[in-house]
Amino acid sequence: MKETHNYTLYHPKWYRERVSTYWWARQWSYFRFILRELSSIFVAYFVVLILFLLHALSQGPESYAAIQEWLRTPFAITLNFISLLFTLFHTITWFNLTPRAMPVRIGGKRLPDWMIAAPNYVAWVVISAIVAWFVIGG
Amino acid sequence: MIDTITLEVARYRPEQETEPTFERFEVPFNKDWVVLDALNYIKDRLDGSLSYRWSCRMGVCGSCGMMVNGEPKLTCATFLSKYVPGPIRVEPLRYFPVVRDLAVEMTDFMDKLKSVKPWIIRQEERPLSEGEYLQTPVQLDNYKQFSMCINCMICYAACPVYGLDHHFIGPAALALAQRYNMDSRDQGTDERLDLLSQHEGIWGCTFVGECTKACPKNVDPAGAIQQYKLKAATEWFKSFLMPWGRK
Ligand code: SF4
Ligand code: FES
Repeated sequence: MKETHNYTLYHPKWYRERVSTYWWARQWSYFRFILRELSSIFVAYFVVLILFLLHALSQGPESYAAIQEWLRTPFAITLNFISLLFTLFHTITWFNLTPRAMPVRIGGKRLPDWMIAAPNYVAWVVISAIVAWFVIGG
Repeated sequence: MIDTITLEVARYRPEQETEPTFERFEVPFNKDWVVLDALNYIKDRLDGSLSYRWSCRMGVCGSCGMMVNGEPKLTCATFLSKYVPGPIRVEPLRYFPVVRDLAVEMTDFMDKLKSVKPWIIRQEERPLSEGEYLQTPVQLDNYKQFSMCINCMICYAACPVYGLDHHFIGPAALALAQRYNMDSRDQGTDERLDLLSQHEGIWGCTFVGECTKACPKNVDPAGAIQQYKLKAATEWFKSFLMPWGRK
């Protein structure tokens, strides 16, 4: 690829702007993007929390009670509430992005975006209902 | 109704200054004028040394891309009336080295376009006597959107990933690669995948999605890249499950 650079060889200095470390703070859409990236930390936190819960469960009732105790602290409640918001944000934006990655064509026409996003939401509701039924009802 | 509007135009004259400065110009306000008309007025009447690129004046050639009030725009398709009462800040396309005033250096982009092999690749060319490669309207529709690109580089100026890492192949070039992958006459998908499944290729994209919003031609480069990722992931998965499947 080098050879194509020749015609600029004797050109006076170019000006290159440095990208600011705070590039994401300058534009709302960039900021939203960073929030979304950040949200994966909270998703990961929930996974780790569940692993801890399972571990405590395998250790017997005492350690499970201990972790429940911790879950009741204001700190844990706040943390979980914030994590829930971020996880919801992550999930919804993710579902809304699926049509972009999967254009489905039927009979030569591209299916409208909502038709591809909708099954995600349906699956989400159904699975959540089943889990809720297990936890509360079962 | 106002009579004039002020433009703050970035000037960079490498033999005089080490950093761009802004110069203010007052131009007549005309509701039919686009930003490019105002720049042409400046060049014709106020300061003939102002440098910028343009050609078609109708959103086809892709050479008039600049930052208008911080957003990458085709200046021939951006009306002054949108920015009343002004001032309007006009800067060279972001993330590219500035050669002079509003003109940027685009060799990097040109090299990237070429690197994705944007032409029809055949394993074996058919002899001429067998005629042309036919395509149905549905097959054309598959890639048509991605073929509307005018190489204006606006999507690059919208992409923070490209801003932070110039090795990233970037939206337009990746969309162009996908355009050929989706073409029923092309057989070069595997050949392109080797280059594009590298870190600087599709996986560099973090799906900020700004390229698609900024594109004046509705190309949806972000969509093209995600489709490409899906394809690469399934290919990888297939070769993982059936290592004997691919050569
Ligand atoms: S994809 Fe759109 S924004 Fe990017 S170069 Fe092509 S026409 Fe311009
Ligand atoms: S001058 Fe050709 S696209 Fe604007």
